[in-house]
Amino acid sequence: MGKSKYKGWLYLLPAIVFLAVFMVYPLVDVLVYSAEEGYSFASQTYTGTGLFNYSYVLHDPYFLQAVKNTFLIVIITVPLSTGFALLISLALTSIPKLKNLFQTIYFLPYVTNTLAVGLVFMILFKPTFYTDGMVNLLIKFFGGQAVDFIEGPYWAKMFVMCFYTIWVVLPFKILILTSALASVDQNLYNAAKIDGTSKSRTFFRITLPMISPMLFYLIITGFIGAFKAYSDEVALFGTNLNVAGMNTIVGYVYDMLYSSGGGYPSYASAAAIMLFVIVLTITCINLMVSRRSVHY
Amino acid sequence: MKVVLEHLTKRYPNRNKKEGGEVVAVGDFTFEIPDGKLVGLLGPSGCGKSTTLNMISGLTEPTEGKIFFGDDDVTKLPPENRGVGLVFQNYALYPHLTVMKNILFPLQNLKGPDKLTKEEMNARALEAARLVQIEALLDRKPSEMSGGQQQRVAIARALVKMPRVLLLDEPLSNLDARLRLQTREEIRRIQRETGITTVFVTHDQEEAMSISDVIVVMKEGYVQQIDEPQNVYDDPVNLFVAKFLGTPAINVFEGHVAAEQLYIGGEPVLRVTGVPDQDVYVGIRPEGFVPDEKGNFGCGVSRVEVMGRDTSIIAENSACISGQIRAIISSVRKIDKNAASVRFSLLPEKVHLFSKETEERIRFRE
Amino acid sequence: MTDLSRDYTKIEQAARTRKKIVHTVIYIFLVFWALMVLFPFYWMILSSLKSYSAYNGEYIPKFFTLSPTLENYVNAFNAVPLAKYFSNTLIFTLATTAIMLVVIILAAYAFAKLDFPGKNITFTLFLALMMIPNELVIITNFVTITNLDLRNTFTGLILPSITSVFYIYLLKENFAQVPDELYKAAKVDGCSDMKFLLKVMVPICRPTLVTVVILKVIECWNSYVWPRLITDDANYFLVSNGIQEIRENGFGRDNIPAMMAAVVVISVPLIILFLIFHKKIMEGVSRGGTKG
Repeated sequence: MGKSKYKGWLYLLPAIVFLAVFMVYPLVDVLVYSAEEGYSFASQTYTGTGLFNYSYVLHDPYFLQAVKNTFLIVIITVPLSTGFALLISLALTSIPKLKNLFQTIYFLPYVTNTLAVGLVFMILFKPTFYTDGMVNLLIKFFGGQAVDFIEGPYWAKMFVMCFYTIWVVLPFKILILTSALASVDQNLYNAAKIDGTSKSRTFFRITLPMISPMLFYLIITGFIGAFKAYSDEVALFGTNLNVAGMNTIVGYVYDMLYSSGGGYPSYASAAAIMLFVIVLTITCINLMVSRRSVHY
Repeated sequence: MKVVLEHLTKRYPNRNKKEGGEVVAVGDFTFEIPDGKLVGLLGPSGCGKSTTLNMISGLTEPTEGKIFFGDDDVTKLPPENRGVGLVFQNYALYPHLTVMKNILFPLQNLKGPDKLTKEEMNARALEAARLVQIEALLDRKPSEMSGGQQQRVAIARALVKMPRVLLLDEPLSNLDARLRLQTREEIRRIQRETGITTVFVTHDQEEAMSISDVIVVMKEGYVQQIDEPQNVYDDPVNLFVAKFLGTPAINVFEGHVAAEQLYIGGEPVLRVTGVPDQDVYVGIRPEGFVPDEKGNFGCGVSRVEVMGRDTSIIAENSACISGQIRAIISSVRKIDKNAASVRFSLLPEKVHLFSKETEERIRFRE
Repeated sequence: MTDLSRDYTKIEQAARTRKKIVHTVIYIFLVFWALMVLFPFYWMILSSLKSYSAYNGEYIPKFFTLSPTLENYVNAFNAVPLAKYFSNTLIFTLATTAIMLVVIILAAYAFAKLDFPGKNITFTLFLALMMIPNELVIITNFVTITNLDLRNTFTGLILPSITSVFYIYLLKENFAQVPDELYKAAKVDGCSDMKFLLKVMVPICRPTLVTVVILKVIECWNSYVWPRLITDDANYFLVSNGIQEIRENGFGRDNIPAMMAAVVVISVPLIILFLIFHKKIMEGVSRGGTKG
């Protein structure tokens, strides 16, 4: 009996070993790194401890740019993508035919490599020596002026960025919302219909409260996901995001870690911890809001 | 408000695409529901009774036929303009709203000249709550109530806008046995008090019998019989209706009529005047057997069940095609439990003959 | 007839017309977004079939091509080691998924059915780990792998991603639903824990396992950040890194048709998988997906 008592640990052993080495230890280590001043990756020595790394990162214009970009992406894409996904899901739920076909099409971006499709977006938006690119031709057709969306003005780049981000995150949101809508008891709608409830009242008083848990789940994960934006940016603007002025906080962390100069894990750690604190704060606020507004 | 159904028909495309064609959910339903009556739509699941109800409510559009409320043709009218109240099997209460808000919900939809003030709404809601006796629960949410209470709230919500017709779709089947009995009496009382024409869908014949003014028995989309509950029981038009009504179920035998004499298993059991010679199905209600040593009908006894008020004799006869024979005898009569066989004479009014081909009723004189 | 009945006809008609208009608008909207989703895919396939000169000769791009060519595909495989990226990704995906399955099945089983001291506290600690973002630990992992001299190896690529607390949790919940009576009955019959796991638990919980595999395969096939950090030798590039490399150094900047051919090639496996298993995949993602 004595031996089998600990058998459970044996089953857990692989998971625990991997988690310890690749999650728990790094978690402690990242804090240590962030406090070690003047750490050199090559010699693995440091000159002192303190908060200098944080102050350095906070004064780094690249980091400030990354923070600005990240916040813009979050503020623009989370509400837009959630709202748009809700709109599409409502439309999907209300049609009698072809629902499955549309659903399958809408889900396609989820399974595609975002870096690969990002390249397609790039050529659609980018004017080259030979052509102004599809999007610019359309703009010109409607009387507008061609813009270089990939290497041109900041707002144009931010527009493509947000557009692509929304394109990428919509499938998941549509899927979750359509199944949330489908799981609302049809009889509630029948009851409302018989009582002559108007469409808008049905939506705000029945549909929205009924799917509010899922909606908040999507908003919370949407915030977290958008704060971690990175590879979509790489897909559109290439790996050198600082030069493009389109870096994100996560991008900043990676660039710090893996720059040509041999890497600055201390700065990377400081930036990563700050990101974590931001995300944690926003998530807590979200949770508090959702606690108050989810009715049951 | 009387409700008239004229040749009401609903066909769906066949779900099995290989077979193609259409499935008849409800076929050629013609019936007038008199004003202020409670009508029970009764039948096994899939017989079209819920489809009929949904057509009356307007949630389903009929393929053919017409529906009138009074003199108004409402066939193509959207549900919200019909003025019906609908109560669902699973109550369909809004889970995030309190009882009071659930009941208020339909009133808040009213627009234009029908619009009510807050006070009027509250008064109407309280009135409805009082009618179903849930005044004490107004601040609860549906999840904090029992099934019976939830169903009362659902009824209050359906009644609060004073519908022309009240429709109840299997309102009792999610309740446990005791609550079911209690709630069905409640529904009967509320219907009597309000005098609203009511249609009640159920698959439980006992429920339908106890509550309805008129029963409509349906099978596979078609109406079998429409009559008062006792008449449907006493005078079924075909074998299906006879088998569907009554607990314990009617006993069915293969029989034969020759020279106006009914034979079961070769024994002459009853005079059936006016019936031509033919093979028949014989349905005998459990209370139609009278133990009688000189009786014509003999069976082997399997066992005797004593249930206090009456006694069941479970018997066997090779001509019986509905499993075992169950005869119910008043317990005043003493039965020898150890007897191997028993003889019965039959009460003619509890014996029904049905054609072997069409399963339609064949009537006879005693 | 009466005034009332004329009113009814009007109401009927209005309701009917309204319904028709609403449906039309909805369909237009849905078709519009479907085109937005499909267009990039169409465009990449179309561009990949145009020859280099034809593509660059079109100031206004044509929406079809009359002389499709496969030369770009030949190019994509010859000019850059696309086949190598492909096989690397395949090895990476299969190995990671397989090892992860073993690790999480064992762990989930321990949490769901075995009794051992410290189980509850360990499970709580596991759940707490779910909140740790990858970005926080990737820094040290990068240093660890570098110090172990595992950069540019499959081991280095695979190691950090073979445990997932979330999947352990998902599977544990499912395992826990298997009635304890089954476990007791098996014990009485002399079935060992391991045998019970393999012969009973795994088959019963197959749907969840399929979900996990689907999610992990998608995640692996599209992973970019970790491979980018850990490999700088093109021999170990995965498709995502490969595509980035092609964009910045391959073909020459303007050979967009060849680029698109490469994009088609690396997108196709998952799309085919999706088209075959779309019901399962969508079901799986809605049960356990977190991307977004």
